[in-house]
Amino acid sequence: MHPAFSVIFFTVSSGAGFGLFALLYLADVLKLGGGLSGEQVAATGAMALCFIIAGLLSSVAHLANPKNAWRAFSRFRTSWLSREGVFSVAFFPFAFGYLVLSWFAAPSLEVARLAVGGAATLLAWITIFSTGMIYASLKTIRQWNTPLVPANYLAMGHASGALMLLAVAAWAGLALLPFASIAASFLILGALLKAIYYFWIAEPGASASIQTATGFTRAQVKLLDTGHTHGTFLTEEFGFQVARRYALALKVFVFVAGFILPLVMLGSVAGQPSLLLGSLITGLALLGLVAERWLFFAEARHVVNLYHGSQRC
Amino acid sequence: MRLGLVIDLDVCVGCHACAVACKQWNTSGTTAPLTDYQPYGAEPSGVWFNRIRHYEVGEYPNSKTINFPMSCMHCEDAACVTVCPTGASYKRAEDGIVLVDQDKCMGCNLCSWACPYGARELDRESGTMKKCTLCIDRIYDQNLPIEDRQPVCVMVCPAHARMFGDLDDPDSAVSLTVREREGYQLMPELGYKPTNQYLPPRKAKPIPTENMGKPGFKERLKSLANKIVKR
Ligand code: SF4
Ligand code: SF4
Ligand code: SF4
Repeated sequence: MHPAFSVIFFTVSSGAGFGLFALLYLADVLKLGGGLSGEQVAATGAMALCFIIAGLLSSVAHLANPKNAWRAFSRFRTSWLSREGVFSVAFFPFAFGYLVLSWFAAPSLEVARLAVGGAATLLAWITIFSTGMIYASLKTIRQWNTPLVPANYLAMGHASGALMLLAVAAWAGLALLPFASIAASFLILGALLKAIYYFWIAEPGASASIQTATGFTRAQVKLLDTGHTHGTFLTEEFGFQVARRYALALKVFVFVAGFILPLVMLGSVAGQPSLLLGSLITGLALLGLVAERWLFFAEARHVVNLYHGSQRC
Repeated sequence: MRLGLVIDLDVCVGCHACAVACKQWNTSGTTAPLTDYQPYGAEPSGVWFNRIRHYEVGEYPNSKTINFPMSCMHCEDAACVTVCPTGASYKRAEDGIVLVDQDKCMGCNLCSWACPYGARELDRESGTMKKCTLCIDRIYDQNLPIEDRQPVCVMVCPAHARMFGDLDDPDSAVSLTVREREGYQLMPELGYKPTNQYLPPRKAKPIPTENMGKPGFKERLKSLANKIVKR
């Protein structure tokens, strides 16, 4: 699949924002590390919203005809893309309510504050899940049609969100051990899921082949001519292929920048709180995540490639 | 009713006439235009509803060239419709034709990702998704003579490799042909239940061309005449 930057940025940025918001709420409820003040919760939450909004704007930029984007809320019952849109928009009023109530910190409204925050967190989780399901529901792309995809989106969103929250906690001067442990857990979970995923997609299994695509199942089938002189929409959108060596190098980068280095550096942050170091780790992990998302698209092989001569997808 | 096409791979000669006729009709049809990019430039490309590919089946010398036209299969289980967030893509209940409402489409491409058969192409100019309409603006046109109420690709095919009809009716001409010739669907394992059917090449014995035996009287007379007449 063609790795479109707008979609890569959207999934990474809004995933991190939703992950940060959900973990912020949990840390707030449990008063982790001594608890953030109302203002600090509001400021961190606002940062999460910025990441989410930037992502959503980028996803709208990906559309060829954005003036009809508002119609995307209309097929909630069947389309995961529609569901994602509805849930992500439904998230905002609750999230705003939570941030405003946190800022003013009225003790009489504490129950309401936690209730709207809880609702927003639930919607954040459902939205990340829906994003993953947009891809996982496509039977045409073997590398995506697996429950590992939404699981991976949830794990990666929370891993990057947890690192941001750790940087916030370092800035707020909280006890960092719980925050570092959460970040470490999500990084390890994300790395495990990603390793399983890469292992899983390496083996085609019983997938569609050029034989089932053309119906000539008793003989070898070879493409002679695609019938077009230059590229088509199909070759532009689905023809992209990444060289195996290059993909392997990128996978190493994903693991080193996305998981291993952040994990190693976590220890030093926990010992010596520093906003700078916290932000550095977050930036590094996000870079690893962008590479991971790029590969997610670049390695996906749509079955239409069978008609263009691929023997298997 | 379940309208669709039946494609005869035995007789398709791969002339691309159906693709060209489709382009011609539909570029002024219901989802017009079918935009071309650089039509006279170095990299000509554009929107087509119907594309023909060519394959070699089997290993040389025991191989056969198969010309393979593909357009929308008007699937019964059309995931392209399910995934569409705007409701622009829809499947008509009365005849099973899958269409894209150009006024609703937001150009997200998701339906083309969901289609296994490469039947959907985004028009970069209008920003909307386009696809085969089964020539809905011909098959129901009361102003056309009845024999012309057919998809233009079917009408133009010089080899009669394309048939159009109701595949729900077991006694329709297309259903009969599919039964007789053992028509099949493409990539059935994905479960889209495509309506369009493909007829496999007939099994014909190769005509021998070597060791034809001694030439008869007529052949000898002919070769004698050939020798006499100087060419
Ligand atoms: S062939 Fe593709 S576009 Fe046509 S109905 Fe089937 S899935 Fe949809
Ligand atoms: S490109 Fe248009 S028709 Fe296709 S899924 Fe998106 S909105 Fe629907
Ligand atoms: S039925 Fe009409 S729109 Fe579809 S491929 Fe044939 S000519 Fe094109």
